[in-house]
Amino acid sequence: MSSDDAIRGASVVIIGGGATGLSAGWWLARQGVDVIVLDSGIVGWGASGRNGGGCSHHFSPLFVEEQRLWPQMDALLGYPTEFQPKRIRLAFDEHQLTLYGQAVRNAERQGFGSRLLDARQAKELVPLAGDEVVGGYFYDFGGHANPHRTVQAYAWAMEDHGGRLMQHTRVEGFRRAADGRVTGVVTDRGEIGCDAAVIAAGPATGRLAALLGLDVPMVAARAEMVVTEPLPLMPLGGVDGNGLYGRQTMRGNLAYGGGPHEWIEFGDLVGPPPATPLMTHIAGRLARLFPRAAHARIIRSWAGVIENTPDGRPIIDKPAEPGNVVLATLSSIGFGLSPASGHAIAELVTDGACSFADISSFALSRFRALESDWAAIQGWRAAAPA
Amino acid sequence: MAAYTPDPKSIAGTTLNLHERVEVLVIGAGPAGLAAAMEAARLGRSVVLVDENPIAPETMGENLPLHFGGGMTQAVRNRNAMLEAVVASAPEIAEAFEAGIDIRLGTACWGLYAPSPAVGWLPGPVAGLVDGERTWMVGAERIIVATGRRDMGLAFTGWEKDGVMGLTAALRLAQRYAALRTRRAVVLGSTAETLQGALALRAAGVEIAALIETNATSAGPEALLAELERGGTQLLFGQAPKRAEGADAIEALAVGPVSADGAPIAGAEMTIACDTVLLGIGAVPVIELLDALGCRTVFDTARGGVVPVLDPAQQTTIAGVCAAGDCAGIWAEKTLDTEVARAEGRRAAGGAEAAVSPPAASYDLGAYRLNWVRAAVLETDGTAHVCQCEEVTAREILEVRPPRYLGWESRPSRRNSRDIRSLLGAAPPNPDQVKRLTRAGMGVCQGRRCREQVTALLALATGEEYGSIPAATYRAPVRPLPLMVAAAASEESPAMAQHWDTWFGMPSQYLPPWDLPETYTAASRPKGHEVASE
Repeated sequence: MSSDDAIRGASVVIIGGGATGLSAGWWLARQGVDVIVLDSGIVGWGASGRNGGGCSHHFSPLFVEEQRLWPQMDALLGYPTEFQPKRIRLAFDEHQLTLYGQAVRNAERQGFGSRLLDARQAKELVPLAGDEVVGGYFYDFGGHANPHRTVQAYAWAMEDHGGRLMQHTRVEGFRRAADGRVTGVVTDRGEIGCDAAVIAAGPATGRLAALLGLDVPMVAARAEMVVTEPLPLMPLGGVDGNGLYGRQTMRGNLAYGGGPHEWIEFGDLVGPPPATPLMTHIAGRLARLFPRAAHARIIRSWAGVIENTPDGRPIIDKPAEPGNVVLATLSSIGFGLSPASGHAIAELVTDGACSFADISSFALSRFRALESDWAAIQGWRAAAPA
Repeated sequence: MAAYTPDPKSIAGTTLNLHERVEVLVIGAGPAGLAAAMEAARLGRSVVLVDENPIAPETMGENLPLHFGGGMTQAVRNRNAMLEAVVASAPEIAEAFEAGIDIRLGTACWGLYAPSPAVGWLPGPVAGLVDGERTWMVGAERIIVATGRRDMGLAFTGWEKDGVMGLTAALRLAQRYAALRTRRAVVLGSTAETLQGALALRAAGVEIAALIETNATSAGPEALLAELERGGTQLLFGQAPKRAEGADAIEALAVGPVSADGAPIAGAEMTIACDTVLLGIGAVPVIELLDALGCRTVFDTARGGVVPVLDPAQQTTIAGVCAAGDCAGIWAEKTLDTEVARAEGRRAAGGAEAAVSPPAASYDLGAYRLNWVRAAVLETDGTAHVCQCEEVTAREILEVRPPRYLGWESRPSRRNSRDIRSLLGAAPPNPDQVKRLTRAGMGVCQGRRCREQVTALLALATGEEYGSIPAATYRAPVRPLPLMVAAAASEESPAMAQHWDTWFGMPSQYLPPWDLPETYTAASRPKGHEVASE
């Protein structure tokens, strides 16, 4: 396409306009870095726009930064994210209560409080809950936001700082210098010259990294959510439990997901994946979590695709080869961490290291002894993809 | 190598609890659905035919699945009488009963599912049915969707009032329920479907006081227009609705002249007394089940808008799922002769008749709808809610404003300078993206009243053609389904309950950084202990 051949290159090209890539683009742009974010479709069209909106990831090295940033995001971005602080997790038996205690211990060690709720307190805070609740935890941290609004906020805020967004642009390859460094990203709209690149393309990250000779192990999976008609607002929208995650939106809808995922071959997928009758199972779980909402009607269900690395943990790394490419997959838990992950990615690009958190556990090198048939061993797929 | 054991937390190995298996499931007992069911029975197949009529009055009150606009009489509260009325409305229903077809009235299909590369756990095509209190899953070798048409909405001032209703909804109430309240109506639009529908309503005793057409000429056959005029209907071309007057229910419609491109022009406003305004701007194929299933669709002017891609045997792009009747395409000849729809039904059921293709489009559907939306929605004060469920105006849609309850309206921010163009890449605007940001189309009616208007607004604001705007998607359940009713369709097996997890249930995913091993291998991964995913 000759008209696009003249696309001006950028200092940094980010592949993937999800929450992670756009946050990184925003962080770079606000530091004055010339950045372009590419997306094969529309921003947030993958898992970034189909998740539960939770922001409470106490097990991540990025947790402290996640917690520092979310309450400021509306002001920093200049656009609404619908962030709402705090979170509650309800338990239906003592065993669940014990299991959920790990979150509290993780948070406490990092300086965040929480408190144990007895059944009466839990039901007071969660008016839609019922008599099966034996107790729960109130997290004095975390919260939830609206994924759709947040993704668009990143995109607009990045543009406000001079960053550029190219939607409907497919990446076909990379141009490399003699020393292996990436000097351009080849797209279906022409080549975009760059000094550095970030691959933050969700389930496509593995395929794109492979074009650079990098093995980023991952398998994609399909997961589902449902949403009900609006209900009167509870004091706190972020309530999890009974094997479900989600939130009551600020409009009042209950948006919840959970339950078995389906491992799939991402390459076979055209467009967003369909949902399944798993909706009826989630409905049952939700009616039990919120018996006083059992009459509420489901008005939509949907599925999303998320990738997982073998240990389910992020890879945010700048491998020695090619030396100017940052790999970023959040391994199925990306939206809530995005303010912090984008910050870490931006620092990796500009400084080669993350100043505010120890992200050494996100290094690709932890998989150096990984079996070639790891996905089969873990039961994720019966054989290597053809 | 050890035998492969699928991830126990995954859906692999789960089987869907099917309450019923049938050879042929037909959805919709209009001409096409009935013909399909009869043909399938004739070919020796066992057939279940479901139809959601009679629809519960509460559902009608929410303008589902048609824009009933409060146009029904109290008679709809008597379910038995309505069942009798529906049966009496089409002699073929009794014939189908006699032919041994299992007909279930008052039974809606809220979702269709089928195996695909991304969905491996389903046994084949599956339908979710609901009959009010109960919902269940049915497996079928062949599913024939014959779900008919609905009406495009039009957001002029007062269109939320009782008495503004879809033409199809009025016909449904008159012809299948004998429960239409309307005495004196004004019709908006002049397509073949509109003209035929208006004449049918007149035959049912409704006075059609006037027909309003924004465009300078009729989109439908002149002969029908002339017939309407002969019967006393005032024909008003180059006019657009200004507002529906009246307190809760309408008493009159005010109209005013517009130019050829839809802009208001000088001229006297006119007020026409009526108890009903019939929306006849566009008859829309009801593709919701097919779209949510993942059937490929296409915008085809000759077939009346966004329709499923079909082969000559009425087969969609999903194996085992067919479409027939208005949901497969709407055009004048088909509207005026139900035999076309019946033949489609028979072909969908396996009959050997030759396929009939629609002739070239008789009017430019895209330009026609753009003109209507420009004249009645865009060029007005823009305060009417295009999306009634979420109360979103045309202006809010085009400025991609967040909902008012977020309070960003009053905040001085860069937000307020953003509009639809700020979302664009190298492709036309996408209504689903606009839905995510403005909530237009996110409500209980799933955008049935607003989606064609949103399409038109996006086209008008960006200079694109109507047909180039991607169609907003549908999602199951296509009928609102109470959690407790949906829950009864499935039983959580002990195995599923044991492995049910909030997320992937991988212990290593939730280890805090201070507990992590330096390297990871699949063989040495932590397992065997429970994890609280979140």
